[in-house]
Amino acid sequence: MTAAHKRNGAALLAGLLFGMGLSVSGMIRPAKVLNFLDVTGDWDPTLALVMGGALLVCLPAFRWLMKRSAPVLDSRFHLPERRDIDFRLVAGAILFGIGWGIGGFCPGPALAALVTGTGPVFAFVAAMLAGSWLAGRLG
Amino acid sequence: MTEFTPISGLAGGLMIGLAAVLLLGLNGRIAGISGIIGGLLPPRATAPAWRLSFLAGLFLGALAFAALNAQWQVELPLAWPWMILAGLLVGFGTRLGSGCTSGHGVCGIARLSPRSFVATGVFMLSAALTVFVIRHGISS
Repeated sequence: MTAAHKRNGAALLAGLLFGMGLSVSGMIRPAKVLNFLDVTGDWDPTLALVMGGALLVCLPAFRWLMKRSAPVLDSRFHLPERRDIDFRLVAGAILFGIGWGIGGFCPGPALAALVTGTGPVFAFVAAMLAGSWLAGRLG
Repeated sequence: MTEFTPISGLAGGLMIGLAAVLLLGLNGRIAGISGIIGGLLPPRATAPAWRLSFLAGLFLGALAFAALNAQWQVELPLAWPWMILAGLLVGFGTRLGSGCTSGHGVCGIARLSPRSFVATGVFMLSAALTVFVIRHGISS
């Protein structure tokens, strides 16, 4: 097995866990996400625990991993290096938030929800791909 | 109304965290879904195989859960046209802002990236305001 094959296997495994985590946590359901965002309504704090749970693992583990010179299956880490706050970062986050607030889907849960096989989920994902492609063309 | 489900929320969160640790520790990659998708789209498609493998896994993971849970359901808040508008904004915004809930909200914050702290604060606030306007402004 080549290194590339191993990396694909590792990605598949990570994806499996990720998809199950999204489902188990209920974040695949827009209603739960919207009820988290609706702080003045019948608030459902679950999303905070999902992010908290993920950070509980990632904060210490990332810190430890970053001390290594390379990941197990590749010669280097592929990480974003920018640290500046620019217009695109803020504008993008605002637009993403508006879309998230309307549909209750962010990218991961939307892809996972494709398993429902329902039309509006496919429409959301198709539109999401188009939006990403469009922003990618801005250079 | 949805019920507060702290145990399954925490359990799911731990799984998502573990998935992100595996991807970083083994492949040196960030488990940011919008970034993984963006890297598959022209004109900047790079390293497609691992991206497709991850997304296939994500789909299969959700499929496995759905198969094991009879009461499983995903109810959508709005009709087609609104979901299309929402999808466009999510796709455009996450690409422009270099990340989403997973890339900025989990991985970026875990890396203590200042950009991710700002982005996460901004999209949380923007989303909460949007929900407030829709639920308590327009429809009430």
